[in-house]
Amino acid sequence: MADLSVNLAGIKSPNPFWVASAPPANTAYQCHRAFEAGWGGVVWKTIGDPIVNVSSRYSSLDIGGNRMVGFNNIELISDRSPETNFREIAECKKRWPNHAVIASLMTDTRENWHDYMKRSVDCGADGVELNFGCPHGMCERGMGSAVGQNPDVIEAIVGWVMEVAEIPVIVKLTPNITDITRPARAAKRAGADAISLINTINSITQVNLDNFCPEPYVQGYSTHGGYCGPAVKPIALNMLQACASDPQVGLPISGIGGIGNWKDAAEFIALGATSVQVCTAIMHYGFRIVEDMIDGLNDYLDKKGMASVNELRGRAVKSVDKWETLNLNYKRIADINYDKCIGCNLCYIACEDGAHQAIDLVDEGGRGLGPGRLPGKKIPQINVEHCVGCNLCSLVCPVEHCITMVDVETKKPHMSWKEYQTKLAAGEIERIPAHP
Amino acid sequence: MTLKPRITAEAASQSMAEIEPKYRPQEAKVEADRCLYCFDAPCIMACPTGIDIPGFIKKIATHNLTGAARVILESNILGASCARVCPTSVLCEGACVMLDRDEKPIKIGRLQRYATDHVFDNKINVFPVKARPNGRKAALIGGGPASLGCAAELARLGYQVVIFEKKPEAGGLNTYGIAYYKLTPEVSLAEVNLVKSLGVEIRTGIEVGKDIAMDKILAEYDAVFLGVGLGNTLKLDIPGEDKQGVVEALEFIDWIHTRPLHQVPVGERVAVIGCGNTAIDAVTQAKRLGAKEATIIYRRGEEDMPAYEYEYEIAKKDGCAFLFHTAPVEVIGNGSVTALKLVKTRNNAEGKAEVVPGSEFTKEFDMVIKALGQQKQVSMLKKLVPDLALDKAGRVVCDAQTGQTNVEKVFVGGDARNGGREVVNAVAEGKKAARGIHAWLGGQVTAGPVQNSRLGNKDGITGSGFDHPARVPELEAAYYQSKNEVRHG
Repeated sequence: MADLSVNLAGIKSPNPFWVASAPPANTAYQCHRAFEAGWGGVVWKTIGDPIVNVSSRYSSLDIGGNRMVGFNNIELISDRSPETNFREIAECKKRWPNHAVIASLMTDTRENWHDYMKRSVDCGADGVELNFGCPHGMCERGMGSAVGQNPDVIEAIVGWVMEVAEIPVIVKLTPNITDITRPARAAKRAGADAISLINTINSITQVNLDNFCPEPYVQGYSTHGGYCGPAVKPIALNMLQACASDPQVGLPISGIGGIGNWKDAAEFIALGATSVQVCTAIMHYGFRIVEDMIDGLNDYLDKKGMASVNELRGRAVKSVDKWETLNLNYKRIADINYDKCIGCNLCYIACEDGAHQAIDLVDEGGRGLGPGRLPGKKIPQINVEHCVGCNLCSLVCPVEHCITMVDVETKKPHMSWKEYQTKLAAGEIERIPAHP
Repeated sequence: MTLKPRITAEAASQSMAEIEPKYRPQEAKVEADRCLYCFDAPCIMACPTGIDIPGFIKKIATHNLTGAARVILESNILGASCARVCPTSVLCEGACVMLDRDEKPIKIGRLQRYATDHVFDNKINVFPVKARPNGRKAALIGGGPASLGCAAELARLGYQVVIFEKKPEAGGLNTYGIAYYKLTPEVSLAEVNLVKSLGVEIRTGIEVGKDIAMDKILAEYDAVFLGVGLGNTLKLDIPGEDKQGVVEALEFIDWIHTRPLHQVPVGERVAVIGCGNTAIDAVTQAKRLGAKEATIIYRRGEEDMPAYEYEYEIAKKDGCAFLFHTAPVEVIGNGSVTALKLVKTRNNAEGKAEVVPGSEFTKEFDMVIKALGQQKQVSMLKKLVPDLALDKAGRVVCDAQTGQTNVEKVFVGGDARNGGREVVNAVAEGKKAARGIHAWLGGQVTAGPVQNSRLGNKDGITGSGFDHPARVPELEAAYYQSKNEVRHG
């Protein structure tokens, strides 16, 4: 059994799995249920001046048979009073002293930030998370993403908070920005202890084609909402890596965005996250999903011979670099395993209409029928000359390990675009001819 | 006469209800979403009418049900009945790649029914645009699936089409001769109306050769299509066959389709002679209509029966009995049948059934249904078109691609051509003949709605299901035999 405990800027938790600041983290009741199920930490639903919500509040993107591939909401921060929230945090800490309870905060003036910060310390929270991310509602009142989109304002507010901070301060960033490292650096400059990302993305998930009103529907109108769920994971990973690899950020990170299982979590950790936060998957299936997250991550770490989850952290960060550093002379091509091919020929049409016309349909020619190709039906064959190794066929193939990408020996030295440009300028090399 | 109705209207409506209930929207969506949307999909190739199956399934998945039905009916005008009666497990579903991913094949038949029911139930016209008349006339003899398939295709090519049908309603066996719990006459008649809506005239109650001379038709029309199907059930050729209570399977099924279900006479102990799919239809319906016992009598073994496996399963579930390796030698009774004298049989060295000497026994029955298959209509065909070439089995000889017979103007399709196959084969052959007629009369060669390359070849329709429907088990058996190996897995 690997050691799953983590320490994010002084906030300790028995495992890296935290409930994100959102509807599942609204009450002490939910917090108890989460910890009973096995979660390592809870970031409380954002505390501030109690707001008034609308009905309805959520919408989703469904694809094929899969519900809630993407999810959005127009719910605001906590609609309960700060007194209630801080009291319940104190209750939770009393009952779960070894778990992380983090107060998420959102307010406006310096005085108010000082007040909330102090009350967070008083209630026994392990840390605070400053919500500079919500892209709906609160931003119209100059809070949430309105702060997160302006590095100068971030720096000022974090500065106020740090004046009275006795517990670790995490700054939660909005992805609704061109370069995520700018606000991350601002947080660092102002003395924040950690960052968390991503908050939700501005979105409209669907339009009702009968009443021409997007969802969620509020009496004939809607508004843009915060988008999350499995579909945002790639965006979150990208921003996570950007911050994790930026020496001017250099802060511990709590990763958020589309995490639903141990694999997602492991990917976030490998790209630099110390803890991960989950909301949509809980809203879909309940707190019980953490059982497999703990079990699966443990099993994975054991298989990889890692004694602690900390050994995994950041392992993939260095594998991401600028395009101009990638080797132009590396080549891989698709390879079809005819013992697995079922004859759907999705690879063929994807390549033919959607990529590089590098798969031919040919007679079976001694390859056999695999698990079930129809006699007399043409089978796909990779045209090795034309294949550019784009991966598309292997991505559309519905059979596991049927189409794999295999390295081809080009016998050419490593040459990146950067090196190519240098060599071209020096007259050491001919221009690579354009593709016919 | 001991044949009498044995069941109340209420009980009949339950026992004869459609065997596979209609999909609910959620079920259909879940099933449609499972489809991989294969490119040159094996299911298309395995469909004799070449329906773009992944195409219509994807439309169901997006709730475009009218579009889905149009895709189906463009290729197969009898798509609603075929959805119910096709042996999908050896056609489209038998070719589904899902089987090779160790999953259940997509329920193509039920999805097809879901889409076509949508347009028929809601009276949606999927072919609102009529073809421009091309000035040519075609006469179609017989109003069954082959002629309906041919008529729809010709009408959409601009022909003035007249169907001559002997019975009061068109639709052939779809209307009169398929187990009620699989296909009700209403579905068949809705399809007949769809064909009419394309501009086809159907003259029912007209027997060609009796009510109208064939010469007159040949003179008045540019082309003639023979979709006459098969004739009466083969005789048992045993003593007592003419006794009361001995009926032909198709006659019995006809009663079911033309009378209220609770007024269909049936015996208490019913014997069905034969073990094809029609025999199964007869034995199961006899049981469902109140027979205490319903027994199949077949001179060969379980492994030899021509009925599809799933048909056999239905009969077993219905509580029908099976007497294998048994043959009738005499119908016993004084006026009405009271028993059958039977013998046991066995397969000889050549694999033929032979009588086991001294094995005679008698079993009580008050109804005997003959289901030995239908006769070819040799004499009728010779009377209609004296020069028509028939093969030894009595099937009309024709060009495989065009359905054209040795008599130039005469084309053929369906059971009269193939000796008795599925509804879907009849529709496909009717369609093929329509294109043959069009090409022969100088029209352009027409292709199906499916993109050529989707049928397996960029250069032409070589792998087309329409021209060479693939029967998966047969194809595979031949393939592995040629390779001298056994299919793995």
